[in-house]
Amino acid sequence: MRIFVPADALARALGADAVAEALVAAAAARGETVQIVRNGSRGMAWLEPLVEVDGPAGRRAFGPFAPVDAAALFEAPDAHPKALGLTAELPFLKRQTRITFARVGVIDPADLADYQAHGGLSGLRRALAMAPEAVVDEVVESGLRGRGGAGFPTGIKWRTVAGAGIGQKYIVCNADEGDSGSFADRMLIEGDPFALIEGMVIAGLAVGADRGLVYLRSEYPDAIAVLTRAVDLAREAGLLGPSVLGSGHGFDIELRIGAGAYVCGEETALLNSIEGKRGTVRAKPPLPAIEGLWGKPTVVNNVLSLATVPAILAQGAAHYRDLGIGRSRGTMPLQLAGNVRFGGLFEVPFGLTLGEIVNSVGGGTASGRPVKAVQVGGPLGAWFPPALFDTPFGYEEFAAAGGLIGHAGLVVVDDTADMLALARFAMEFCAIESCGKCTPCRIGSVRGVETIDRIAAGDAAAEPLLRDLCETMRLGSLCALGGFAPYPVLSALNHFPADFARTSEAAE
Amino acid sequence: MTLTDRVADICRAHSGTEGALLPILHAVQAEYGHVPPLALPTVAKALGVTVAEVQGVVSFYHDFRAAPPGRHVLKICRAEACQAMGGAALAEAAKARLGVDWHGTSAQGVTLEPVFCLGLCAAAPAAMLNGVLAARVDATRLGEMLAEAGA
Repeated sequence: MRIFVPADALARALGADAVAEALVAAAAARGETVQIVRNGSRGMAWLEPLVEVDGPAGRRAFGPFAPVDAAALFEAPDAHPKALGLTAELPFLKRQTRITFARVGVIDPADLADYQAHGGLSGLRRALAMAPEAVVDEVVESGLRGRGGAGFPTGIKWRTVAGAGIGQKYIVCNADEGDSGSFADRMLIEGDPFALIEGMVIAGLAVGADRGLVYLRSEYPDAIAVLTRAVDLAREAGLLGPSVLGSGHGFDIELRIGAGAYVCGEETALLNSIEGKRGTVRAKPPLPAIEGLWGKPTVVNNVLSLATVPAILAQGAAHYRDLGIGRSRGTMPLQLAGNVRFGGLFEVPFGLTLGEIVNSVGGGTASGRPVKAVQVGGPLGAWFPPALFDTPFGYEEFAAAGGLIGHAGLVVVDDTADMLALARFAMEFCAIESCGKCTPCRIGSVRGVETIDRIAAGDAAAEPLLRDLCETMRLGSLCALGGFAPYPVLSALNHFPADFARTSEAAE
Repeated sequence: MTLTDRVADICRAHSGTEGALLPILHAVQAEYGHVPPLALPTVAKALGVTVAEVQGVVSFYHDFRAAPPGRHVLKICRAEACQAMGGAALAEAAKARLGVDWHGTSAQGVTLEPVFCLGLCAAAPAAMLNGVLAARVDATRLGEMLAEAGA
């Protein structure tokens, strides 16, 4: 009997390890032999820990599973109080189009053979048989854009690095997923680390780089452990090393661990951090594609961008490009977070409206109260009120509505949320995390907190000052930290003026 | 072995690493629980940089401590997804129970630190006690966690 118990950090934080132990003990008590597979998460947080059992008709799901539920699983599984039916038939999964996350929650992330049995390495094998330029063309053709937030076309970035002469080049994976509401990078690494490794190898082949570095945040200890083990296994299997799969092309990967600085998710700060410096932002140009790590041409891509490349190579660019809307091609792994009933990871082609995502997929709030707003794209993303819920999920569509999709994390708040407090938090966060290099961000964020405090104290004259300050930060900051912090502040102010309209008496 | 000798060993173990400063600082902190100021001249010498440069890096990153923390380290997420599910109230409960503000260490030896996102945003609020993650934490659960840890 094969039983799946996720080793995903969220499942473990909800007791998955104790569940695995209880299942082993319950099986032993009955004299049954079980194989426990510690898979990734299927991405349905409200059902975690989600236990699955192999059966003739497919995997059956049970959840949210507690240690006390273990014995009954062996007695009468069909009548088990936590039985959910076939995993594949669960509505939340059935509505998805999983490409990037196709194997997450399905395979054993520590088993390269399982990875290959589910389509792994077929993209790399195809890439090895192609000219490097053709690999770049395929990624350009797919329409894949940077999933970290900026949305720059991945293939175009690769073309720049490929054309940057010969000599040392690097593939750097940005796994510094610091945005609140975002956890797709973590889930991907914990559930399907070989997809990231394969994507990095393909990128190396395409641009002529033989070294890759993954910058992973220290707040993700489980992901660090899983990826460290996967890199070792890949090296043992010849997927990494002096001759990738016997091709004669060398590529290897090194892990670098962050140290709690949010700004290091900005690509040039990240490069400085790898070099052993303070994580301050570099002025651009030069672009990292021309002068990146140690001054060498460098591809800096998000985890999801790189992990999607193997599927694009395996299935062809058209398969991916034909999904989506406008200039947002393919699928996006949406992350539903905060006060939401059905939180988790939902991968679909671009184009669902925000309202469909929040209400139909997410089921509204967990508290049962009305949705007040949704912050899309992390702490630097705008708050969207229900009045904008008809906005289709796409890069340009969200920009036109005064926001951004960022890394596609969505944080839902109910009607008890104080939008002034959240606006103040955005400025406070920016002040704490500012790298200090540019004045609009370093000083502006501190002044922003003070100015919002004046509004909170009933000083209406402070509002134009706040708007002016936001404009200065937006236009004058070196990177997105100071440049985008005005998004949550101004969106809160514009869409929820009542939360900012405080009289002097009310404040006293 | 003196601290200087041990830190020199750690630096030597990273001699083949380009940009070794962060890996070295992580290794030093893993061993001592903090980055002792006395270690900085050794690190600077091994890497051929000034002590000021090393100090600048240590002070830039939230993870690196200049002094040892308490016997237990409790991190509570302050970010938006956790705020949406009562994270601020949880933090206040922790402060009240421990009798400290952020970055303080309680009489029982618990250091309370803010963290901005542990990636458990779909099961908020999140916390981490001595490196172990917990999700959907309320004040009751927090009390249990501290009791289990003997704090």
